Amino acid sequence: MPSTFPRLLLDHAAQRPAAPALREKEYGIWQTLSWADLAALVRDLAGGLAQAGLQRGQHLVVIGENRPRLYAAMLAAQSLGAIVVPLYQDAVATEFAYPINNAEIAYAVVEDQEQVDKMLELRTACPQLGHVWFDDPRGLRHYREPGLASLDALVEAGRAWNARHAGFFDAEVAQGGPDDVAAMFFTSGTTGHPKGVVHSHATLIDRAQAGARFDRLGPDDEVLAYLPPAWIGQNIFSYAQWLACGYVVNCPESAATVTIDLKEIGPTYYFAPPRVFEGLLTSVTIRMEDAGAVKKWLFQRCMALARRVGTALLDGKPVGAADRLLYAIGNVLIYGPLRNTLGFSRVRVAYTAGEAIGPDLFSFYRSIGINLKQLYGSTETAVFVCLQPDHEAHADTVGVPIEGVEIRVADNGEILVRSPGLLKGYYKNPAATAEVLTADGWYHTGDAGFLDAGGHLKIIDRAKDVGRLRGGANDGAMFAPKYVENKLKFFPYVKEAVAYGDGREKACAFVNIDMEAVGNWAEKRNLPYAGYTDLAGKPEVRELIRDCVEKVNADLAADALLAGSQIHRFLILHKELDADDGELTRTRKVRRGFIGEKYQVLVDALYEGRAEQFIETQVRFEDGRTGTVSATLKIVDAKVFPSMRKAA
Amino acid sequence: MAERRIGEVILDVSNITLRFGGVKALTDISFNVREHEIRAIIGPNGAGKSSMLNCINGVYQPQEGTITFRGQQFKHMNSRQVAEMGVARTFQNLALFKGMSVVDNIMTGRNLKMRCNLFQQALRLGPAQREEDAHRAFVERIIDFLEIQPYRKTPVGRMPYGLQKRVDLGRALAMEPQVLLLDEPMAGMNVEEKQDMSRFILDVNDEFGTTIVLIEHDMGVVMDISDRVVVLDYGRKIGDGVPDEVRANPDVISAYLGTTH
Repeated sequence: MPSTFPRLLLDHAAQRPAAPALREKEYGIWQTLSWADLAALVRDLAGGLAQAGLQRGQHLVVIGENRPRLYAAMLAAQSLGAIVVPLYQDAVATEFAYPINNAEIAYAVVEDQEQVDKMLELRTACPQLGHVWFDDPRGLRHYREPGLASLDALVEAGRAWNARHAGFFDAEVAQGGPDDVAAMFFTSGTTGHPKGVVHSHATLIDRAQAGARFDRLGPDDEVLAYLPPAWIGQNIFSYAQWLACGYVVNCPESAATVTIDLKEIGPTYYFAPPRVFEGLLTSVTIRMEDAGAVKKWLFQRCMALARRVGTALLDGKPVGAADRLLYAIGNVLIYGPLRNTLGFSRVRVAYTAGEAIGPDLFSFYRSIGINLKQLYGSTETAVFVCLQPDHEAHADTVGVPIEGVEIRVADNGEILVRSPGLLKGYYKNPAATAEVLTADGWYHTGDAGFLDAGGHLKIIDRAKDVGRLRGGANDGAMFAPKYVENKLKFFPYVKEAVAYGDGREKACAFVNIDMEAVGNWAEKRNLPYAGYTDLAGKPEVRELIRDCVEKVNADLAADALLAGSQIHRFLILHKELDADDGELTRTRKVRRGFIGEKYQVLVDALYEGRAEQFIETQVRFEDGRTGTVSATLKIVDAKVFPSMRKAA
Repeated sequence: MAERRIGEVILDVSNITLRFGGVKALTDISFNVREHEIRAIIGPNGAGKSSMLNCINGVYQPQEGTITFRGQQFKHMNSRQVAEMGVARTFQNLALFKGMSVVDNIMTGRNLKMRCNLFQQALRLGPAQREEDAHRAFVERIIDFLEIQPYRKTPVGRMPYGLQKRVDLGRALAMEPQVLLLDEPMAGMNVEEKQDMSRFILDVNDEFGTTIVLIEHDMGVVMDISDRVVVLDYGRKIGDGVPDEVRANPDVISAYLGTTH
């Protein structure tokens, strides 16, 4: 039944008032907020917002980590029929100016002093932003700014307002309908201004419920909310589905304690982009390398067994009785304790999405008994388009279309989607909306891919990024940069890769080494280094990366379609690509075009056959200061392989 | 932006002279510290900064001169008595229990406030349990304040240096001191760690109203966060005043920053 978020909240509060809704770890203890507590808090906040003048249809910006009171503020705004605009908490102030002005936002609820300072910095750029409330008063006691107040004050004001206006809150909630706009998510976008993706209560709730039915989620599930709330994935998992299912959302103590909190909570439903899974695996690998000989031996034996039969067991395929017994022993000795250490003891469903996941990484988690699956979706589709059913999880596909979704592949290979969860449009941008949303309701995903024989969707790359090589031996061959980059990134030593080749006669690449993995590798070889730039410049490291590149080339050569995308030359960048320098999006996707322009000399050096190139780059530190990094980068030639088809 | 609430003089150091045998570490030093202020003592290596702090702290007994804390003069007082009066300190070279966790280390700072006897604590009797809970709650507030939640149970010896310094500060704060003596709180830190530490010092001063006396090498940091600065050189006071005055003082420039020869 279509509903709105505030109505879902009130339903939970009425039916199971004492059940936990939110938990937050504070002062070392998990503090619980029940559905009834939460509803009361939302009622107070809504009163306060109403008194401050927030009207139906106006926008309210929310910036901060996952905090119960920020969630409550979102519900309060939606109760009044206002629209929530969550923004990325790690963005710099100037990045907020566009969305705030675009939606003429006058109200902000932010987490702490850091965010308040950013809001105050925007006073001249966004003069209409008259009200800012903060959750954590730390360091703000002496701030005397007009319109700045604490959430405590807002709650107080709201309580008084509600006392004077009995029935106001319930009337406002009743007035809201499922087709009202609920929230707007700004997509990071690799070019131009961010676009506000408009979603109604109905689109978000429909998809949240469809996903919940697919995986049979219920009120007993537990989720840890640790990704930025501005990202729709986080919003769906810990807001839309939270309200749709009534499960418990747990907020970590701080961003730095997530791994500890994860272990304490033991979520049953878990979501993380591949890089988080990768980070966890890297930490396990590093700790195992420091373990004693017996433990190491046992771990390796068990992991070898898991690789052989673990995935098959999880997929429900037949496995011999002897192997089953061995696996059960392994489960007691290694897999169980390992799942516990990772915080995955109770995980029933885990998802990864956002980018391609390495096959080794994917099967590692599945082989130790974690039901890790992939899904496909985007901000515009309210996430859930394709999901992998249990027992049908593959590393190279993203699952089957779930209920309500229709999928079509356009002639140019682009995937089109029709579903009840599609965006209402881009905010104040009919031209951009018309580009992606056809009159008959098909959404252009911009992704190139196809449905395989089993009905599973396979994504190759962004449709617009799929290019062609021009001239040379592979003239006209398809070039899929992201596909190549992902293959490189599947190696633990490669943190980021940027591939070039569209309109050129061969493919070349920039590589960022993974400081942790390569650093550890270097330490074991007694290779001293002073920092990233120094380590990246070591000849030994270049050889290590060359080895990775050549393996990728061999792999690509096996696929006739992509054999031309093999990397002929590469270099290791002197600095880590960083969102603060505009090289990555806030969701850590490489901005290939921007990087190509910024490091034009390096691209030229790759293609002009130079052996080395000097470069000096300005970098921005987290506190806003700038400095420079310079180095002479050596360019490496990698071996390429003849295409299998040609060889045959 | 921040309203300053600097009050009366609470610590008055007058005519202190400290000798180690024939070596004069401090000669006739006088200065005072007002309530709620951040007071820095700076000077080149061997200027006598740490000796000065050790005198205030009761570790050294100066041969001449007096130290008055809240109108109470003390000449022969040991560090425990000074601590009981509400003066806490941190150490330049850290003096933490390396094998103990962060929580336990900070808990030691509550030692002076614990009233239950060994017997009650050993048997975890009601009052001892309640007292421990209350102290633990206070320690948790410090952990939250210093943002070291991820390391609660980590043995201090395994933590990076900058964080150990923070734990050291946390232990001093656990005493709920009126005056906090910081011995080179930023020594050996990188730029980012120094900024963090500066912020914590300002926040301690602001939120708890703690008076802070700090010794520091890094001129930039000192000038940014201190209300008044004393400059020592070869055991003598050569400057005293607000940062801008000190910065303009020719003696200070030649002694501390070096002169052109």
